[in-house]
Amino acid sequence: MVKFMEVRWHGRGGQGTVTAAKLFAEAMLGAGKHVQAFPEYGPERMGAPLKAYNRISDDPLTVHCQVAHPRIVAVVDSTLIGMVDVLEGVPEDGIVIVNTANPPSQVGEKIGAGMRKVFTVDATRISLETMGRAMPNTPMLGALARASGEIGLADLLVQIQKNFGKKFSQKVIDGNLRAVERAYEEVQGE
Amino acid sequence: MGQIVAFTGNTAIAEAMRQINPDVCAAYPITPSTEIMQQYSSFVADGLVDTELVAVESEHSALSACIGAAAAGGRVMTATSSQGLALMWEMLYIASGTRLPIVMTVVNRALSSPLNIHGDHSDSMGARDSGWIQLYSENAQEAYDNLIQAMRIGQDMRVRLPVMVCMDGFIISHSIERMELLADSQVKNFVKEYIPHYPLLDTDHPVTYGPIDLQDYYTEHKRQQVEAMREAKGVILEVAEEFRALSGREYAFFGEYQLRDAEVAIMVLGSAGGTAQAVVDELRADGVKAGLLKLRVFRPFPWEEINQSLGHLKALAVLDRADSFGAFGGPVFHEVRAALMESSHPPKVLGHIYGLGGRDLGLEDIRRVYRELERVARGGQVNQVVDYLTVRE
Repeated sequence: MVKFMEVRWHGRGGQGTVTAAKLFAEAMLGAGKHVQAFPEYGPERMGAPLKAYNRISDDPLTVHCQVAHPRIVAVVDSTLIGMVDVLEGVPEDGIVIVNTANPPSQVGEKIGAGMRKVFTVDATRISLETMGRAMPNTPMLGALARASGEIGLADLLVQIQKNFGKKFSQKVIDGNLRAVERAYEEVQGE
Repeated sequence: MGQIVAFTGNTAIAEAMRQINPDVCAAYPITPSTEIMQQYSSFVADGLVDTELVAVESEHSALSACIGAAAAGGRVMTATSSQGLALMWEMLYIASGTRLPIVMTVVNRALSSPLNIHGDHSDSMGARDSGWIQLYSENAQEAYDNLIQAMRIGQDMRVRLPVMVCMDGFIISHSIERMELLADSQVKNFVKEYIPHYPLLDTDHPVTYGPIDLQDYYTEHKRQQVEAMREAKGVILEVAEEFRALSGREYAFFGEYQLRDAEVAIMVLGSAGGTAQAVVDELRADGVKAGLLKLRVFRPFPWEEINQSLGHLKALAVLDRADSFGAFGGPVFHEVRAALMESSHPPKVLGHIYGLGGRDLGLEDIRRVYRELERVARGGQVNQVVDYLTVRE
């Protein structure tokens, strides 16, 4: 049987959440994995809650159903907490990564995380300081890499450099790489 | 090994089209196939292809322009979905009756009403009698591979028919997946130089397309279309063999998974095939003799081969992602069930309608079907031959 890891992303339209799922898939592809990335398709509206998903595996992925029980959840916008059930279907050994300045214990209590591990990172502040814009999606990749242990920082940076190299100026790339690196270092776990 | 990429189904199709480099594309983009033409128009604008891209005012005009261009002698491709395919309806029959090997990607989407943009097979299943060859794709890789093979199948002088390459809207068209590309030169060599047959633009040898054809010869011309479909079966396998030699990837009329010694099996087409495959793996680990048939070619319908592949089962469930209102089950179900009548001991055949308007088909839904099949295989009563799989009632 094919084993795979599933990730669910929560964000709002315009925050680059779908792009984050895509980048994560491309980075993992570059690291030799089989990947899927897909958004939950609905009307696309700036600011509206949305979800995106990843499946990552060492073997070819064949399933094309929705992700019902993700082991990892990444919350790009913490104002969604209380509005949408970010723990829906997440198993007891699951991991939740939230973009917030608050400590993991406080967030864990608020969402009723129970046995699930909670990680927090101030991805918005990091993006403002490294890129001059509130784009929390790339730093969230750093936090995801650290919390999940699925890809090392050096590998992730190489993949992002490769991916961005075709599309952006070195200044933009450097900002993004610094953001990923800082999020990787600054993410806090319980 | 070719380049490994993470592409959506739509990007995979646009990339295949760039490598094929057709003479003419006429299109009126519609969700969820829009990105194909959006990306392709960038290739045209950037001078990466030689294609004459014709932006028209409707899908009816899109296919009409494709027909004109194909009759003129061009290699022609387009893409559409749902209502777009519906609006092409009368022209579908003209393309096939005129024997023009147009290749069209159909990104499967539900038909209105009610309005729904998500994936099901109502659009292409409704076009199943229009004389087009139909290839269904499980994922982005298959959509890419099918499109390249479709060129060769349609243009073969034994066939000369238009081909639809179908993939599930959003589930495949908008999902990023790992896949492998062929090199530009490999695709170019594989699809070969296009040789027009009786082109309108050959003014030294003037011909007429679409003349009236009454009681005297209409039947013979329809009979020739049937013959072309029969011939297509051999051509599809020949092309698949050549493609395997090129890519290492195997294609046939359908994919068989754990079928040889299976007692119960599901038959399905499109993206649900791989999901069912994961359930077969689970069941096999538990000692259940479960199998799966993933249908790739629906037209021409490979009924003899299906018979051979499934005749030994005790119970089979055919999953249809489209209904045929008022009929005895979905379109794939009733053809498979009829075909299995030719078996000496046909299995019990159940039909399930699923996934309309993009409704998810989860692992548990598929497990439920196999549980029911096991019960029926052990001699249990069939409660309902045809049923909806995921519905509120």
